[in-house]
Amino acid sequence: MHMIQVHELTKNYARATAVDHISFEVEKGQIVGFLGPNGAGKTTTMRMLTCFLPPTAGTATVAGFDVLEKPMEVKKRIGYLPETPPLYLEMHAEEYLSFVGKLKGLSGAELAKRIDYVCGRCAIADVRKKLLGKLSKGYRQRVGLAQAIIHNPDVLILDEPTAGLDPKQINETRDFIKSLAGDHTIILSTHILSEVEQTCQQVLIINKGKLVATDSVQNLQNRVRGTESLLVEVAGRNGALDSTAVQHRLGQVGGVSRVLLRESRDNRGIFEIESQKGFLRGDLARAVVESGWDLNELRPTAVSLEEIFLQLTGAEATSAATASRGDRA
Amino acid sequence: MRNVWIIFRKEMRTYFVSPIAYFLLAMFALVSAFFFGIYLRGFIEYGMETQMTGQTAPMNLNEQVIRPLLSNASVLGLFFIPMITMRLFAEEKRNGTIELLTTSPIRDVEIVLGKWLAALGLYVCMLLFPALNFVFLFKYGNPDWKPVVIGFLGLLLQVGGLLAIGMFISTLTKNQIIAAALTFSLFVALWVISAVSEFNTASWAQAVSYTSIVTHLEPFERGMIDSKDAVFYLSMIFLGLFLSLRSMESLRWGS
Repeated sequence: MHMIQVHELTKNYARATAVDHISFEVEKGQIVGFLGPNGAGKTTTMRMLTCFLPPTAGTATVAGFDVLEKPMEVKKRIGYLPETPPLYLEMHAEEYLSFVGKLKGLSGAELAKRIDYVCGRCAIADVRKKLLGKLSKGYRQRVGLAQAIIHNPDVLILDEPTAGLDPKQINETRDFIKSLAGDHTIILSTHILSEVEQTCQQVLIINKGKLVATDSVQNLQNRVRGTESLLVEVAGRNGALDSTAVQHRLGQVGGVSRVLLRESRDNRGIFEIESQKGFLRGDLARAVVESGWDLNELRPTAVSLEEIFLQLTGAEATSAATASRGDRA
Repeated sequence: MRNVWIIFRKEMRTYFVSPIAYFLLAMFALVSAFFFGIYLRGFIEYGMETQMTGQTAPMNLNEQVIRPLLSNASVLGLFFIPMITMRLFAEEKRNGTIELLTTSPIRDVEIVLGKWLAALGLYVCMLLFPALNFVFLFKYGNPDWKPVVIGFLGLLLQVGGLLAIGMFISTLTKNQIIAAALTFSLFVALWVISAVSEFNTASWAQAVSYTSIVTHLEPFERGMIDSKDAVFYLSMIFLGLFLSLRSMESLRWGS
């Protein structure tokens, strides 16, 4: 059975379409990553699944219940961690978890048992009696996760669960989320590619409200790894450097698909090289040196989310990606 | 009902762990004690005066002390209630905790009712101090208790309405200060609006001044339950709760 089924889900705001006819399914016990740049519609989609926002069109069902027709049944089965953990800063951690537990329908001994359990599970036992307002960002996030799983929900929806954490905490959180899979079906959103690689089994890539690709993480990695992007800095030995000549020469190296001039200064030029396969660094270095230039630097560049969009989605996303790159510059 | 109780307890707790509740309690106690002193002194001096001049003027604790005190409490409420209601929703919206509430298996109406009852609960706590003053009147005098009870009932009805309206305004913004300022301005407008009919006897002026939130309390202060005035406050409560509910819904459709 599909734990989550989304069909042609759409959300229009007064001036813009935030989510545009998205359809996908999530199997029970899976971790699915929602990948996309900020403002892509990840949060809106999640809010529709949690019954916080009603969809403009389309349907979404969670555990077989429609979000519009049976919101109470859906809410009982969902644990939700918004981007900023919804904490009452004047409460103690334990008090807060007790309040959320009661909201979700727990009471008495069962509630006490669940509080003990999530405190242990989320490693917050040592701050149980502390005010939430006094906790560090990392602890607040963990309390946020604890409240999401307090009622042992079938589905967990986590909006950027690792945002703002330090690297150690990020790893801990990822491991924790992975350990929850199986019992829970998890959707998490992120704009960090490696997060999806490490935690998720399936990935949904969303951009400008549209689902541009859905794939298993394995396939995504293969597609991304199939190409490599390198940055090469070349300097002329005597005086100025003829950058077009360098570009031409580098383009002749086997496997190179594209050479772009990134920057040119006096006698130096920085080139970005996209190659189809394998390690070309040796070939490139030899080509530069044998042509009588100096090789100042040669390093692989990180594959950015925009580049995956480029590869996965072709023309439409290309313009979108360039636009967003332009915004940033 | 269980959910209303959960929200009520949480809100009460929030009031009493923050300084706001204690500030309100202290201020309300101080101001009402101040007026209690003034009216009581006036009453005693009046009594001595009539004795000295040998006249036998009617002395009535209810009319001369309790009624003006209740009337004072009602006006004081206009100043204190915005401070009670401003945080009800604005704070949840600012902290993002509204998302926790609305994604939990609990109905909007339960949230609204729980919050309103908690605000009313805090006000009842505030009323305990003037009520404490009244204890002395009963100990050393013999006022009629019925107008007192009815007066407090009227006060609760009035405050219930004001709290509901204030709560609605709190749903409109993330900013508590804006919520308080808007609420206070509206209350003052609804307070002074009764003056319209003082200079104008046309039927529209009567209708406008009917919306004043203070004048409807007068029968209660005299110990009478006028169904017209009770209905006025009850519909104000209903309107405030209803608008809060609708505003919560529109929060989702609009944001």
